[in-house]
Amino acid sequence: MLSSPVIAKLEATQLRDKLPEFRVGDTVRVHYKIIEGEKERVQVFQGVVLKRHRAGVRSSFTVRKVSFNVGVERVFLLHSPRIEKIEVVSRGVVRKARLFYLRDLAGKAARVRDAKDG
Amino acid sequence: MRTRDRACCAQKSHIKERIRNIVVNKFPGILGKKIGMTQIFDEKGEVLRCTVVQGGCVVVGKRTQEKDGYSALIVGLGERKEKHTNKAVAGAFKKANQTPKRVVRELRGTAEWVAKFEVGQALPLGDIFSEGQFVDAQGTSRGRGFTGVVRRWSFAGGVQTHGTHEYRRHGGSIGTNMTPGRTLPGLKMPGHYGAETVTAHNLKVSKILADEHLLLIEGAVPGPRNGIVLIRGAVKKNGGVKK
Repeated sequence: MLSSPVIAKLEATQLRDKLPEFRVGDTVRVHYKIIEGEKERVQVFQGVVLKRHRAGVRSSFTVRKVSFNVGVERVFLLHSPRIEKIEVVSRGVVRKARLFYLRDLAGKAARVRDAKDG
Repeated sequence: MRTRDRACCAQKSHIKERIRNIVVNKFPGILGKKIGMTQIFDEKGEVLRCTVVQGGCVVVGKRTQEKDGYSALIVGLGERKEKHTNKAVAGAFKKANQTPKRVVRELRGTAEWVAKFEVGQALPLGDIFSEGQFVDAQGTSRGRGFTGVVRRWSFAGGVQTHGTHEYRRHGGSIGTNMTPGRTLPGLKMPGHYGAETVTAHNLKVSKILADEHLLLIEGAVPGPRNGIVLIRGAVKKNGGVKK
């Protein structure tokens, strides 16, 4: 769908800058602000990026981690002001754009090869 | 001949009387163009799904209590091409010292509200609406042409199997035999669907960009992109402004 120039201009104001470059397969730490009533705290979610949806302001990414033997996936909006920062922990080598196959794997098989190890 | 003239006049005054007394939304509003939908993040970091409406309608005339029996602003939106402007229309705009506008609509309002604006002035979004206010959006829905009952009235249609023959998207029976012996008025049947005036009530104004004449309204507004929409204070919320 062709977006109108008015909307394109409006959406440009909603974009965040200073976002790190990261790709599918990378391990990231997402510092996410959580508001509980009056208080605000930061929660860190670390895991492998399964998917990146590149769509302007609507861009999102999915992070998967295994917590106490239970797979947990979270979808973050890339430009959300709730994200304090995104840290890239390590770069991964993958051959797919979507790593949904990781859901069916467990333990050692569910690892992503690190770019450092070649 | 004379009697007919008089009858005609009587009818006209009758219509005028009706226009004067008609109950309409008289809360401040604008005529705008639907640009499309987008999302914005609010101060809490939550996503609001918004319709962008472009205002910028210009006052091209007024209706006053003394002269017309009711008060309203006549507003115009968009420029009308010269080839689409006949002399009568051109003359009317020339009288108001304005360039011909594509869409012209009357906005009924209170006498005080109408008196606030001058002819030739663009309606300022910032003065008319406030962020967080509730509004009603009126537009013409997309025309769908002649439509069957499944699409038009969300009928379930018939079963797809068990030997169904040419009866998959039909509406079924339209009445009984002897009593009443006719099909009841208002029965849901296929027909023309869409292209009607639809009002979406109690939508929230999430953002106003007065300089660019843009209004961001939470939720969907009837009609296609580039459709003309009428945005007014919410009738069901007494204008939609918090006291």
